[in-house]
Amino acid sequence: MHTNGTTPLVEMRNISIAFGGIKAVDGVSVDLRPGEVVGLLGHNGAGKSTLIKILSGAYRPDSGEIYVNGEHADISTPRDAKRYGIETIYQTLALADNIDAAGNIFLGREVLTPYGTLDDATMEAETRKVMARLNPHFRRFKEPVKALSGGQRQSVAIARAIYFNARVLIMDEPTAALGPAETQQVADLVLQLKKEGIGIFLISHDIHDVFGLADRVSVMKNGKLVGSANVQDVTQDEVLGMIILGKCPPGATPGPGAS
Amino acid sequence: MTAPVATTAPPPSTASGSLLSKLEIDVRMLGMLAALAVIWIGFDILSGGVFLTPRNLWNLSVQTASVAVMATGMVLVIVTRNIDLSVGAILGVVGMIIGVAQVQWLPAYLGLEHWLTAPLAVLIALVAGGLIGLFQGWLIAYLGIPSFIVTLGGLLVWRGAAWWVTTGQTVAPMDTRFKAFGGGVEGALGATTTWIIAAIACGLIIVGLGLSRRRRLSFGFPVRPGWADAVIAVVACGTVLATAAIFNAYPMPMGSARAWAEARGIAWPDGGLFISQGVALPVLIAVLVGLVMTFIATRRRFGRYVFAIGGNPEAAELSGINTRWTLMKVFGLMGLLCGISACISTARLNAATNAAGTLDKLYVIASAVIGGTSLAGGIGTIAGAMLGALVMQSLQSGMVLLGVDTPLQNIVVGAVLVLAVWVDSLYRRRIK
Repeated sequence: MHTNGTTPLVEMRNISIAFGGIKAVDGVSVDLRPGEVVGLLGHNGAGKSTLIKILSGAYRPDSGEIYVNGEHADISTPRDAKRYGIETIYQTLALADNIDAAGNIFLGREVLTPYGTLDDATMEAETRKVMARLNPHFRRFKEPVKALSGGQRQSVAIARAIYFNARVLIMDEPTAALGPAETQQVADLVLQLKKEGIGIFLISHDIHDVFGLADRVSVMKNGKLVGSANVQDVTQDEVLGMIILGKCPPGATPGPGAS
Repeated sequence: MTAPVATTAPPPSTASGSLLSKLEIDVRMLGMLAALAVIWIGFDILSGGVFLTPRNLWNLSVQTASVAVMATGMVLVIVTRNIDLSVGAILGVVGMIIGVAQVQWLPAYLGLEHWLTAPLAVLIALVAGGLIGLFQGWLIAYLGIPSFIVTLGGLLVWRGAAWWVTTGQTVAPMDTRFKAFGGGVEGALGATTTWIIAAIACGLIIVGLGLSRRRRLSFGFPVRPGWADAVIAVVACGTVLATAAIFNAYPMPMGSARAWAEARGIAWPDGGLFISQGVALPVLIAVLVGLVMTFIATRRRFGRYVFAIGGNPEAAELSGINTRWTLMKVFGLMGLLCGISACISTARLNAATNAAGTLDKLYVIASAVIGGTSLAGGIGTIAGAMLGALVMQSLQSGMVLLGVDTPLQNIVVGAVLVLAVWVDSLYRRRIK
């Protein structure tokens, strides 16, 4: 996999985690380079979201290592992950519904005044700036995010991830709840962030989404890695075969889960 | 994102709706004030004009103080989707501890009526209450025991401990300076002090409104129209000054006034002297607690985290918030406030009894809920809970004035609680 010689932004090696005897992730290795989009594919329950939650600090793996820029990284809380520049847009969005957009974007990383109080004015001003870039129609800065539409909530979650200069962005089913126009907007954003040199893990069960955006794909089945491939080297049908049958085509590098 | 429908459709607004929205006044809060007005005027008519007298309103304010202080903490507890059933029992055991401290422990070192007794007693109350709260919070946050169970157990444990401190004996009397915390003659601050406090409060209201307006303007955010800010300033300052005037219109009882005059070498005229009570110390403490708690809940990072945890615990955790430590602090704060209330009620009773605060948990929870705190978590205001405490106490003391039997009082209070929550849920469904 390390053909072009650059140090991966993130490398997860032999990651395993079990819940109550069931191996949700079993010896999976994936990596991500700057400006690269890697699609993580697999059925529901294949272990994609669990793998990604280990990288974002929500779960601690039972075994395996994570390397950031070639150096061993100890990620045991979401705070640790954020310190390494790893930001996540969760499938559930993970927004506090009773708090406004600025409160959510800065949650856990509030801007304070010199007196140690919340600097709401600065946070609102920054929120207006970042939202102007993501969603120019957005006006409801003072309302709890519960009152927002699905697309608006999504842009708040994206704003939270990109505001703090992420180097690695994890997008877990980012378009699952969106209409066609909004899906296109997320796609445009992915390409723009890619140009800025950010590495993106794109998790989806929709193979068409991923083929349009990703440079490489990694496929998981029953917690194991079936294989990884550059998208030019494989066809959509071959990737479908990886997802459904666990069959690794000749253009891909097989993993331990290949049948 | 590119769907302008959701963003540009203006909400249908009536004339009164837009007026209220210009003033940025919470309609819910307005409803509570209206309910309070109905209760007050109703009782005044039924009691033949006794309810709305300075004397009764002064007493009402003192009676509300203890529950109001605890209700501010209960808001944060309920906002995090928890409950604290042990507040009355914590009040009981802390009251017992400071009673014994004043009557037995401290006099052994300081002698009776030493000036340090009262401050030390308050310190002991704060430390004891805070530690009990932190301990319960630790059980809830770090061991994962549901707060309902921990505080239900705590209710029995601390009530038992209160009995155990003196094997059930009542401890009395309290230190004279300490008695000021209960109001009464010792705790009445007098007319001049009351006017000074009112003036300071008005000054802070005006400065605060001006600063927040200037700050929003400096960032180019939309602000309220100037007249709306002016109306708010006039109403707020008017309320403060009217309250001060009412408190000052209540004179000391003849006997106390004579003692007061003699202590200051003032001749006692035949017609007696009109010496204003002014605001009572426990009421001032409750108001200050309310302000500090509002500041903590809305201006501090801790408060933001408390509400985030209530809104979505998983999101709070994923944002990197230390949710366990935050939760433990919430219960610690609740215990601390129980300590303050223990000072107020022990001083007011001039005795520490193991039954103090027996029904307080219900009044405290009811105040918070009537004040708009949602049991589903994430929603609630400190001011609402304090207003809720005033509503509860108004009902109770109004019924006492009318000579309603105790069992009937409880029936009415219980029914009002259920009714209030029902009306609130109707209101919330309509605004959605």
